[in-house]
Amino acid sequence: MAETGYALEARGIVKIFGNHVALDKVDFGLKPGEVHALLGENGAGKSTLIKILTGAYQPDGGEVLTEGVPVTLNNPQHAQTYGIGTVYQEVNLLPNRSVAENLYLGHQPTRFGLVDRRKMERDSIAVLARYGLNIDPSSELGAHSVAVQQIVAIARAVELSGKVLILDEPTASLDRNEVERLFEIIADLKKTGLAVVFITHFLDQVFAIADRVTILRNGKLIDTKTLDSLTRTDVVRLMLGKDIAFSGATKLEENRPLGDVLLDFKNYGRKRSVHPFNLTIHKGEVVGVAGLLGSGRTEMARIMFGADAADEGTVSVAGTQTSIARPTDAIGHGFGFCPEDRKAEGIFGDLSVRENIVIALQGKLGWFSALNRDEQMEIAGRFGEAMDIRAASLDMPVKLLSGGNQQKVILSRWLATDPAFLILDEPTRGIDVGAHAEIVRTINRLRDEGLALVVISSELDEVVAYSSRIVVMRDRELVAELNGENINPGVIVQAIANHKDGAQA
Amino acid sequence: MIRRSLLKLANPQLLALIGVLLINWLLFPNFFRVTWQDGRFFGSLIDVLNRGAPVAILAVGMVGVIATKGVDLSVGAVMAVAGAVAATMVVAGYPAPIAVVAALVVGLLCGLWNGILVAVLDIQPIIATLVLMVAGRGIAQLITEGFIVTFNDPLLIYIGTGSFLGFPMAAVIALVLMVIVTLVVRRTAIGLFIEAVGVNRAAASLAGIRSRMLLLLVYSLSGLCAAIAGIIVAGDIRGADANNAGLWLELDAILAVVIGGTSLLGGRFSVPLAVVGALIIQAMNTGILVSGFPPEFNLIVKAGLIFIVLVIQSPLASRLAPPRIKPVAKVSAK
Repeated sequence: MAETGYALEARGIVKIFGNHVALDKVDFGLKPGEVHALLGENGAGKSTLIKILTGAYQPDGGEVLTEGVPVTLNNPQHAQTYGIGTVYQEVNLLPNRSVAENLYLGHQPTRFGLVDRRKMERDSIAVLARYGLNIDPSSELGAHSVAVQQIVAIARAVELSGKVLILDEPTASLDRNEVERLFEIIADLKKTGLAVVFITHFLDQVFAIADRVTILRNGKLIDTKTLDSLTRTDVVRLMLGKDIAFSGATKLEENRPLGDVLLDFKNYGRKRSVHPFNLTIHKGEVVGVAGLLGSGRTEMARIMFGADAADEGTVSVAGTQTSIARPTDAIGHGFGFCPEDRKAEGIFGDLSVRENIVIALQGKLGWFSALNRDEQMEIAGRFGEAMDIRAASLDMPVKLLSGGNQQKVILSRWLATDPAFLILDEPTRGIDVGAHAEIVRTINRLRDEGLALVVISSELDEVVAYSSRIVVMRDRELVAELNGENINPGVIVQAIANHKDGAQA
Repeated sequence: MIRRSLLKLANPQLLALIGVLLINWLLFPNFFRVTWQDGRFFGSLIDVLNRGAPVAILAVGMVGVIATKGVDLSVGAVMAVAGAVAATMVVAGYPAPIAVVAALVVGLLCGLWNGILVAVLDIQPIIATLVLMVAGRGIAQLITEGFIVTFNDPLLIYIGTGSFLGFPMAAVIALVLMVIVTLVVRRTAIGLFIEAVGVNRAAASLAGIRSRMLLLLVYSLSGLCAAIAGIIVAGDIRGADANNAGLWLELDAILAVVIGGTSLLGGRFSVPLAVVGALIIQAMNTGILVSGFPPEFNLIVKAGLIFIVLVIQSPLASRLAPPRIKPVAKVSAK
């Protein structure tokens, strides 16, 4: 054993879907005690490779070896018996069962053939303590934060497998502190000799934690290198296959004359959701919204759009007081909303790219003024081209596109309605670098065209780069509005952490 | 354009219908013989159209409901209610056209009731429509006071057994209804909205689609279709049988829709293919009847067909034969 020194190895993996080669002779080696980042744009083949390494897919060529021995992994359960455990971006546990049950589901300790609940909970406490978690194992998993659930998922994977841990975008729904916590845990696990595969879109995180990196592009292996031999720019260049310029902006848009007031929310709020807030939005400005997850950012966006009705306060659109009780009201005023959870609330997976783009415009036109197929093709083609949507055909189901392209589809959907005001909730989360750049470019273009935008993002650098003004949410309350010079991510972090009075910049 | 619609005809449902008809022909060589007698066509093929019409009409209503990720279990009971209303009213001396309109309105209201339960009260469709499935037969029995109400009204009998241009009236009604509903859903945006709500109701609502109105519409249409089918069945037997009219036909209607390629998970749907599904079911029934097999085979063969359809639509089958995405020369206009 261990002739190769690899805990898990893939040699010459080929995977073909239909007539599309998803992986083309890819080699991948994972050493015990290392954190190995797997990078690539969406569609580069990362997920496919992971699914092969965990037995979810069978390769069409090449072989998978654990500790130097070729194996056939029939399914993820089978892979677990070889010590390979996986934690996915969305926590795949049972939120309505207890923490202990989730840890031991399918492997509960038994006594006389019955589940030994006491032993299970006692063991759970010991296991969780190793991850620095001091929670009641009999509490419902769903009652805990996503970060805790994520750690429980990792604990479960490590307990059940123990040699290889695959983390597929584990940080996508975590805030900064939670990410740090997770990284401490990964560092500890690494010391015990566990091999970790880490997939993420955040380059900072890769440099913070990974030892080596493997980069895929269009299904081909580009390179595997140790990270200390690379710079950020090197990595991005390898991923994209070309140089891209970082904007490097760390200050707000220079003060420009404000346009007319488009929207004026006064004491606008909803009980048990968002405290009443005051916000004035002008034409041609981007209002960035910063704050931790659960700080009420999404809730604020939803009541602005009428997805949840406000129960106090008033809103004026272009000087006229009005009521926005449901999305159709908002759309009637020229609003558009790209929700945070693209899959659950944004895309119509089975419908075509074309239908996904025209649907909001058609909704505005109503039941009886239907756009015919040619008109739909024309509109979808025009906005698809403007947003650089990469789809084999406008008639293919949108669920087959990558996350970044899906996001562009939703953005195109609203642009087709000729909006005056767009609310974007985490528009760049979980999408690849190329699509990311395209969306940031679009935000800037729309602002210059005179649209008003509210953009919610956890990427502080990014918020600073395109916002004209930043509002900070904390505990479901709008706690600060940051204007002027010298706004940088540090100031925002301070505003998120501090109390109201300390937030002048 | 014509070429494209011709190609579209070569789909699995039509091939299956042709296959079933050919098997019938092998078992019963006179199957395709159609004769002209007393100003109308006769023959097994015509029989398939005539007998298949009630389920085809139910399927026209059901397909919209299923496309929104719902189901309407009450259509069989609504048939009984509508038949009871029409029969009782003509027996009580009302003119037949009024009785027919009243029965249609009652069916529409039954559908609206289902729609309100689903769209406004957010009750799961299978439970919401179960209420009327159970209660509907009771209501029908109350209307007929527990008897089979027989009648001799010529209009009702014409609707059930008459002919138009030589074709059975029931089949003509089904065809006209199918064409009207298809045109309405495809020439307006209603079809797209139904599919959008079925695929992702949360996203539909955020995209500005009034999903409540839409659900009220599809359930009302289903109730209306059930009423039409109920009047046909009552006219056919010249009486309203509250206990047996439309019994279990909701299941045939659901099966017809599923055979027609609409997933019970909602989304893509086709009204004509649902009607083809109804014809496939009836072609099997008729085939077993005319070829002299005992009718007990009917259920077994139907179960076999359901099994084959489900296997074809199962995730395993789609893995074995991944759907080809036709590459288009012009890639996103770029």
